[in-house]
Amino acid sequence: MEWINIIVQGILVGGLYALFATGLSLIFGVMRLVNIAHGDLIIAAAYLAYTVIQLTGLHPLASLVVVLPLSALFGYGLQLAVLNRTLDKGILPPLLVTFGLSIIIQNFLLETFSADSRRLNAGAIEISSFSLMPGLDIGYVPLLTFACAVAVVWGLQYLFYHSPMGRSFRAVSDDPEVSQLMGLNNRTVYAAAMALSMVVVAIAGVLLAIRSNFDPFMGPGRLIFGFEAVIIGGLGNLWGTLAGGVILGVAQAVGAQIDPGWQLLAGHIVFLLILAVRPQGLFPKGVA
Amino acid sequence: MSILVLDQLSKRYGALLVTDGISLSVDRGEIVGILGPNGAGKTTLFNLIAGTVKPNSGTITFDGRDITREGAAVRCRAGISRSFQVPQPFTGMTVFENVLVGATFGRDRAGASDFAMRALELSGLTRKANQLAGSLPLLDRKRLELARALATDPSLLLLDEIAGGLTDSECHELLEVLREVNAAGVTMVWIEHVVHALLSVAQRLVVVDFGRKIADGVPDAVMASREVKSVYLGDDVHV
Repeated sequence: MEWINIIVQGILVGGLYALFATGLSLIFGVMRLVNIAHGDLIIAAAYLAYTVIQLTGLHPLASLVVVLPLSALFGYGLQLAVLNRTLDKGILPPLLVTFGLSIIIQNFLLETFSADSRRLNAGAIEISSFSLMPGLDIGYVPLLTFACAVAVVWGLQYLFYHSPMGRSFRAVSDDPEVSQLMGLNNRTVYAAAMALSMVVVAIAGVLLAIRSNFDPFMGPGRLIFGFEAVIIGGLGNLWGTLAGGVILGVAQAVGAQIDPGWQLLAGHIVFLLILAVRPQGLFPKGVA
Repeated sequence: MSILVLDQLSKRYGALLVTDGISLSVDRGEIVGILGPNGAGKTTLFNLIAGTVKPNSGTITFDGRDITREGAAVRCRAGISRSFQVPQPFTGMTVFENVLVGATFGRDRAGASDFAMRALELSGLTRKANQLAGSLPLLDRKRLELARALATDPSLLLLDEIAGGLTDSECHELLEVLREVNAAGVTMVWIEHVVHALLSVAQRLVVVDFGRKIADGVPDAVMASREVKSVYLGDDVHV
């Protein structure tokens, strides 16, 4: 029973990792951009929610009404003003620029909010849970997080394959030159993708901040989890990314059970094993 | 009334002048054929008109508007559309989706899926609408090039060797489609090595060699001209 509990908790944490990873996967899929600042953007979104809550007194989940559009707008602007200029120039410029962005965000957060760790206070829901069976209690926040991850993946999948916007993403991703000849302005398509990615980032940031403490330097760690989930699941497959997050979460939970110091290590070891045995990931993109 | 005017258009790659001061004007509703040996700069000329390549000098006027500095997406929505010599479908999408992209973003998006279906029908691809574009054989890929170009509702269609590799009966079918499209008011500029196909629909021929325009006129006169013969058959041919 104890092990069932550990695995279930691991699966639920995996939902959060999947949320970290989905935005990353989306951006890489559409414009082959590896966003090193992705983790820091998640933390920045958490601080944005923190600020909104300080100013308005909204509940953290309600603050999403403000945080989501602001994040999307920021992503749109960031892509148009900065990241678009780094594309089509090889793989190095986007890496360097997003790495620089990561440092800028961390230090901006440090200057503005100090190094104290913060937390979003969500009230009673934070610690409440229901019992599925003796020895297996499910927390509402982890469950909500997992449900969000499933909803986000399903929503993006639907958008990709059943909407004009999704078609524009796939066309630009498939052949950026021909897509322009079909009337698509790649730069605004990229900006829309980044805006969408930032919406997922904001959801991830707020859920993270309800669940645990955060400080300005937590971003790179979240980035690693995100990368690992994407690669375990296989590039370009969002459901695979969700599975990757779950595998990572379960590995960490099991590792922590063996020895608390093993939590992160176990996750990384599983990642390395999968990378060694199946470098293309468990569920690489079949054709849609 | 000219729909497309190129004025002293030049493009150089390093020391190589691939388009050397080409001036050309295409009338509305016309079918202009472009001939020239391999490497003469025909496809580059298309890239310049479609906007994927920017000229070093000269201007391009489309529908009375200077589009020299506009990007490919703007030109597409203005009514310029092209097909590729080597078909370049979105391989991860179905045939229908390929065409739908153009019908949604390359024109006023109302009724995009109906419009896409009509483009497929015209190109004879209706039955393969749900196949993955990556799985199509060459002939169908060529048809898809045409369908996709038509889906953006062009007023000027640039065709890059669309008849190459087709059998006679396939070619005949294609010519019927092109005539139909032209009758609907679409102006065409067509690069083609299959000369008999080109001659059967083109009202005017332009011959390009080493980036320069060496002949421009009625097909028969152009085919008979000395410059064209020397380009294709060598300088010392006496006929």
